[in-house]
Formats: sequence, structure tokens, C-alpha cells
Amino acid sequence: MLNIQDLRAGIEEKEILRGINLEIRPGEVHAIMGPNGSGKSTLASVLAGRSDFEVTGGTVEFMGRDLLEMSPEDRAREGLFLAFQYPVEIPGVSTTNFIKTAVNEVRKHRGEEPLDAVAFLKLMKERMKLVQIDQSLLSRSLNEGFSGGEKKRNEIFQMAMLEPKLAILDETDSGLDIDALRIVANGVNQCRGKDNAFLVVTHYQRLLEYIVPDYVHVLYKGRIVRSGTKELALELEEKGYDFIKNELETADQA
Amino acid sequence: MSQTIIDRIAEQQATLPARDGFLAEFTGRSMADFRRMGIPAAKHEEWKYTRVGGLFRPELGFGSGISVTASDIDPHRLPGHEEATELVFVDGRYTPSLSNIRHSEKELAVMPLAEAASGAYADRVRADLGHSAAYHPDGIQALNAAFAGTGLFVMVHKGIRTEHPVYIYSIADSRTGYVFAQPRTLFLVEAAAQVTVAQHYITLGGGESFTNEVFELCAAQDAVVDYVKIQDEGPKANHVGTTHVRQTGRCLTNAVTISLSGRMVRNNLNMVMEAAHGESHMYGLSLLNGETLVDNHTIVDNVQPHCQSNELYKAVLDEASTGVFNGKIFVRKDAQKTNAYQSNKNILIGEKASANTKPQLEIFADDVKCSHGCTVGRLDEEAMFYLRARGLGETSARALLLHAFAVDILDRIGHEPLRRHVDRRVSQRLAFDFEDGQ
Repeated sequence: MLNIQDLRAGIEEKEILRGINLEIRPGEVHAIMGPNGSGKSTLASVLAGRSDFEVTGGTVEFMGRDLLEMSPEDRAREGLFLAFQYPVEIPGVSTTNFIKTAVNEVRKHRGEEPLDAVAFLKLMKERMKLVQIDQSLLSRSLNEGFSGGEKKRNEIFQMAMLEPKLAILDETDSGLDIDALRIVANGVNQCRGKDNAFLVVTHYQRLLEYIVPDYVHVLYKGRIVRSGTKELALELEEKGYDFIKNELETADQA
Repeated sequence: MSQTIIDRIAEQQATLPARDGFLAEFTGRSMADFRRMGIPAAKHEEWKYTRVGGLFRPELGFGSGISVTASDIDPHRLPGHEEATELVFVDGRYTPSLSNIRHSEKELAVMPLAEAASGAYADRVRADLGHSAAYHPDGIQALNAAFAGTGLFVMVHKGIRTEHPVYIYSIADSRTGYVFAQPRTLFLVEAAAQVTVAQHYITLGGGESFTNEVFELCAAQDAVVDYVKIQDEGPKANHVGTTHVRQTGRCLTNAVTISLSGRMVRNNLNMVMEAAHGESHMYGLSLLNGETLVDNHTIVDNVQPHCQSNELYKAVLDEASTGVFNGKIFVRKDAQKTNAYQSNKNILIGEKASANTKPQLEIFADDVKCSHGCTVGRLDEEAMFYLRARGLGETSARALLLHAFAVDILDRIGHEPLRRHVDRRVSQRLAFDFEDGQ
């Protein structure tokens, strides 16, 4: 589904991703962990097509196509979804109308008829339950005045509506209390299936107690330095990121 | 400006009605003022951006007015017109034969200004006509006043709360040549009366026109006035319009000014708050492209204490368009406890677009709250990325954000069918069909 080969990207002169290799197959959940500044959010942004970053090398194949050649909207239409770390507040844009427009853009791309008002409402009601999001929130302007938890729930709600093939969750746990975290994780788990995949970017192991990954990767200084199963996350939690740093430095010296 | 053109204007003016009585004296005096003051040059501070000198060219004509039919107007009628009163100006002349007065005589008095000036409303015309001149001591204002003989008089009677709006269409028929039009209206809203009045400017044919309008409105105690100006003329239309609102009693007046097209557009809007505890709101939206210039000049004159005014003007400037906002607030020495707010927000889309903004506060009282602010920016890149990352194309993401920028002005149009109409026009202009409602 997603195949990243030696991906290098940066901002201006500074290289942040220094050769990422990663393969994600349908049905898998991958977690990317790492200390602050390791390049986790940059990876999420580059995959979603944020133009602030310049890709300087490597390839990314998504559903058999060259992802890096595609506009952000085409990536979304092809089934890539980024749950933002900081969802943008957009006053004057109704959340419901926005989601309806987005859903129908994706449907159009797939050659499907747009959903009519009734069908859309039905789908919305069903998916709202997944993240326990309230109707009143959706009739407000997009993310405007939403609490941190409400914004993250809204992200997962949009994900549930758009049914992406690959969802990238960029520090979705940041700023969430334990109840909100559980609700968000529960929503994600209900969207898991054999045909779709997740890339969960997080600083803490906490989220992974609820969204149990198949693979855990540790990102450090723009490279994946360790890959393993969910036990790796537990080890990181126990020992901190320092043990990885120390290990690497010892290896460098050897 | 050559003497020949002045003489031709004077000749034309002399053919108009109102050859005796107050109106004759008023128009005659105004013609003399026009000759004396002439056309404002670019060095005139108030006319720095709106350069009207070049519009006074030999080929200017006064239009015949007779070639316009009701079916020419049909495509431009505003929503719910079947029940509204529709008043029509053709080439600057109020034209009763094309107008439809659908309110009863108990609700509205509508007649040519010349008839009002010599009949039952003579005293009111004498008292209220020309009040705006003191705020615009220039030749352009005087020129319009000189043509008041073909103007319109409307009165909303005391205590009448009109359900249906009054629509005023100003039509410039450019099919027969370069039109030079001077529409004039005196609109009185009596005590405790309520009305929605909308002005709509239309160009027939693709030719050039120059409309120089003065609309004077007087609102009495406890009146509620919703005024909407929709300026949606042809690409070669030039427009100078003065809307002068005077609160003679404590009342509420709202004005929404929408500018969508034209070559050069000057919107003067005055709110004169002569009674204590008055409230006024002034909103403006300009959506500009090409080389269009829209110059919004507003004046809020606080004469009495405890008045509130609120002003928000927004502009979206594409291509090589220019937006000007000049907001004056006067607080006279007796106008203590005045609250006056002013804000101007601009989004520049075009590389060659520009926004000019100038707040002017002249405060002679010591216990007042006045504020002004201005922003000029580009479209929010972060918001653009968010929308595109959800599958919206660049064009629709941009249109959605611009619509969101415009919507808090559109929401100020209280009359729902009119709001939806303007919203549709704005959405069309943003090349975007965003579904309304749920």
C-alpha cells in the first residue's frame, strides 16, 4: 500500500528526514515513535503533501502510484488521510458542509455519485457514534472554539466519514485527557479493517495501549533506527529515549 | 474639463422640471456651486484615488431614457420583487412608468421629488434636501444636486412596519452611448417606522457609464432602517454614490454596501447621529478583480451623547484591483459616552492588487471609546492545506475560505431573501457552488 524508499526531505538548507525506509501493507497498524525533533511530524507532513518541506531524495509509492508527484487533494482523493496535530480553526465554514463537500470530492474521484442530503445525514449519524461527537458541534464553524479534545475527535470523525485507505495520525494523543484518548482510540479501532492501514505518530507509548500496533518504529535524527513489535514501545516507555541514543552513540564509536 | 462640457451640462440641467419654487432655487444654486468648484482633481485629499476628471469627456450623453422597457429590468429584479415596491431610475431620472408601487398609500408616499417639493411635502423637502452637502463640499456633490429636479421622494409613514422591501434600481442604458446619470433620492422614515431599502445598480449594454448619485435618508425617533447597496454594474461602469443617513431621533440604522464590479466605484456612506442613544452599523464587502477600483469613504458624525456605531469593511482583491477604505469618525464635544468601532480587513489575492486604508478620528469629547483596526493579508496557507488535505481542489478550497471571509458581512443583510440572493452572487463570483444549509 505504502512503500517509502530512502526518503529525504527538509526545510530550506536543513535536512530533517535523512533516508526513511518503510513499508505498510493493508490491514497493518504501524507506530512511529521518537523524541522531539526526530522528524515524526515532518514525515507525516511530507506524506500528506505540505509544501513547506522540500523532498530532496527517495521515492514514495502509494497504491501503486508515485505519491510525491500528487497534489495534496489528489493524495486525499486516492485515500490518504492526515489527522492533524493542530487542526485549523476556520470561522465561517460550517463543519457539516465542509465534510459533505470533502466526502463528495472523494466519491467523484472514485467515479461514484455524490451522496444526497438524506444518505449523507444517515452516514453522518452512524459515524458520529464512533467518536461520540455531538451534532451541535458539527453545525458550528470548522473547529472554531472547539476544545483540544473536540478538535481531535473531529479529525477522527472526518476520517470515519472519508474512509481512507491509509490514515496518518499525527500526535493525535497530544493534549488529550485519558477519557478523550479512550474515545479517540476507540473510534480508530472501529475503523480498522483488513483493507486499510494506519500510521500512528506519537511521542508517548500511552496511545499504543489503546491502539495496539503491529509494528513500532523508532525515529531518531531523521532515520528509523529501530523497528520491532509493540514490545518495543513498552521498552521505550520503561527506559526512555536515552537508551536508544546511548546505543547509537556506542555503535558510532565502535 | 473644457468649458463646452460645463455649458452642455448646464444646458441639459436647464431643461429639467422644477423651474420655480424651492427646488428651482436649490438646483440653480447647486449648478452655480458646480461651476465654481468644478471637478475635484487628484490633488484633492478626498479624491486621491478616485480620479473623476477623465470621465468628463465630450462624448458624454444624458441618455434618452425612453428605450428602456420593463423586460430589460426583469433579469435584474431582486428577490420577492412581486410584493416589493420597485422604483426605477433610468439614466439618472426617476421613471414612474417603469416603477411599481406595491405598498399602500397609508404605508408609503412615493412621488417625483419635484412634485413633493411643490405639494404636500414642500416643508419636508425644504428642511431635509441637501443635508449631505456640508459633508461633501465638492463639485461632484453639487453636480448631482443640480439635477435634483428629476429625483425621487419617498416617505415611510409614522408607525408603519413594512413587511416587504423597497427596491430602487438605477439603470444606466449604455446601449445608446456613454451615459452620464445623476440619480437623486430623498427618503424619509418617520417615527417608529421600519423599512428595508435596497439599491441595485445595473448597466444595460457593455458600454461606458458614469453614475453620480446622492441618496439622502432621514430616520426619526424609534425608526429601524436596513439599507443595502448592491453595486453590480458592467465592467466599464464608473460610479460615485453618496448615501447620507441622518438620525434625527434615537433610532437604529444599518447599512450594508456590496461592491462586485465596475471600473471605478466610490461609495460615500455617512451616518449622522443627531440624537442621543442612536445606534448604527455599517458593513461593506468588495470582491474585486481586473483593474477595478473601489473606494469606500465613510463618515460617522457623533453629535449627541451615548451613541454607538460599528463599522466593518472587508475586501477581497484579485488581479490588479485596488481597494480603498477611508473611515472618518467625528465625536463632537457634546457627544460624551460615544462608542465607535471601525475595522477594515483585506485579503490580497492578485500579485498586483493593493489595499489602501486610512482611519481618521477627530474627537472633541473626553469620555468616549473609539477604536480602529486594519489588516491586509494573504489567504491563510495553513487553512488552504487543511482543506486540500481533505480532498478539496485548490479552487474550491480558496473559494470556500473567501466565502467564509465574506460571510460575516453577508449575514448582516437582515432581509433573508435578499441575503440569499447576494450570497448566491458572491458564491458565483468565487466560482464556487457551496451548498447552503444542511
